[in-house]
Amino acid sequence: MQISLDNFSRVMKYVPLFGRGLVVTVLLSLVTVLLGFVLAFILAMMSLSSVKILRAISTVYVQIVRCTPMMVQVLIMYYLLTGLIPFPRVFLFGYIEVGRFIPAAISLALNSGGYMSDVIRGGIEGIDQGQTEAARSLGMTKGQTMRYIIIPQAIKNILPSFANEFVTIIKESSVCSVIGVAEITKQAQNVQSATFISLEPLFVATFLYFCLCFPTSRIIAYFERRMRASDQR
Amino acid sequence: MTSDNIMIQVKDLKKYYNGEKIKALDGVNINVNRGDVMVVIGPSGSGKSTFLRSLNLLEIPTSGQIIVDGVDITGSEIDLDKFRQKMGMVFQHFNLFPHKTILENLTIAPIIVKKENEEKANKKAMELLDRVGLADRAKAYPVQLSGGQKQRVAIVRALCMDPEIMLFDEPTSALDPEMVGEVLDVMKELARDGMTMVTVTHEMGFAREVGNRVVFMDGGNIVEQGTPEEIFGSPKSPRLQDFLRKVL
Ligand SMILES: Nc1ncnc2c1ncn2[C@@H]1O[C@H](COP(=O)(O)OP(=O)(O)O)[C@@H](O)[C@H]1O
Ligand SMILES: [Mg+2]
Repeated sequence: MQISLDNFSRVMKYVPLFGRGLVVTVLLSLVTVLLGFVLAFILAMMSLSSVKILRAISTVYVQIVRCTPMMVQVLIMYYLLTGLIPFPRVFLFGYIEVGRFIPAAISLALNSGGYMSDVIRGGIEGIDQGQTEAARSLGMTKGQTMRYIIIPQAIKNILPSFANEFVTIIKESSVCSVIGVAEITKQAQNVQSATFISLEPLFVATFLYFCLCFPTSRIIAYFERRMRASDQR
Repeated sequence: MTSDNIMIQVKDLKKYYNGEKIKALDGVNINVNRGDVMVVIGPSGSGKSTFLRSLNLLEIPTSGQIIVDGVDITGSEIDLDKFRQKMGMVFQHFNLFPHKTILENLTIAPIIVKKENEEKANKKAMELLDRVGLADRAKAYPVQLSGGQKQRVAIVRALCMDPEIMLFDEPTSALDPEMVGEVLDVMKELARDGMTMVTVTHEMGFAREVGNRVVFMDGGNIVEQGTPEEIFGSPKSPRLQDFLRKVL
């Protein structure tokens, strides 16, 4: 086997395919983070609730997500959802197949939400107990205290983790190639089959992932530093 | 003194931690009368904070009763949030809301709990803030204030809810010495205005000068109580005598 410029130039003909893969990966990751955030928030509230059954459900869910492989989760969700819902063969922008994209986004979000619920709970528990006491002593209910006092402060600690989770999902979403979502990895495989070149398409994919993740994580780190600086006002 | 004057009746109040291992309160009985300026003293760990925090049920007692205006607030059917509105509380570490401006700290509870309109809440807050000499800091954030300023704001925050009683838990213990006076001055003024107050403090000068009753706690019990003259002038129990020898 040999890596050659000739191979690269043949692979480069498929740049539009990679471009589509890039769009799918970014879109999939964005949808996942947003859905995942909502789920993580609900799970965190359940785990902090005084109702025992809610706490138990949340714990069991998180453990299942953590202790099973992501690829299996994605496959299960795909067959489950496509079995339950007859997705029409609709393509977004002409190339994003809804019947694959939606199960992928949901299963990634179910996974990410499980992991991130601990981060949210930690962010909430990290707020000084005195804040709750002050709010309650002023007559605020538990819910008002959460909403107006605790969560606004916790968000500051939580947001950077979610930005980092976005970077993680960009990489992990490559697992969705197994259910045929035409994201970067899947497109690299498509180019492999079309050209019979095995390595170079993967290099292009690697390059694209890196170009997405590296700047994003730098930007996040920058804002994190700035936020911490403004705390020490 | 007639019973109309009794604001809070505490009956056989107990608070245990770790089963029965730690008896933070071990059967406290006392009445707080309207207009009282009660000062609670005692060694560290004697249950002063637990007692104070039980009065507005920040701490749920193990047993006993707390009767406020004739209603037992330890009963389960009580709307606690409603009751807590009547009781302002000031903490050792201020506990201001760091993400809100001073003015917002003062108005958030009146607005969301009492549904006061913002304009009215702002007006009242500014008047009270002016009284403690901090009107010019309304737009600042808590981090920008000194400890003494923070504690004055915390007092005003509680006052903005129009409480019938104010609870203070070592309000000057976390302050640099030069800032203790400005906080005590605000508290003295409150007392002069007739506010009912229960204060845990190590400031014996304040207890003597402002208090009408002094309560000495030790080991989860009220060991002795009386007027400042009685407590400081002729302490009876050996434990109180010992305590006073150490702190005075
Ligand atoms: N949450 C808690 N868990 C276990 N023990 C506690 C707790 N809070 C207070 N205590 C114990 O109860 C006793 C009384 O505490 P506290 O009321 O804070 O005393 P004080 O305010 O007089 O210093 C102490 O022995 C303290 O260690
Ligand atoms: Mg204490």
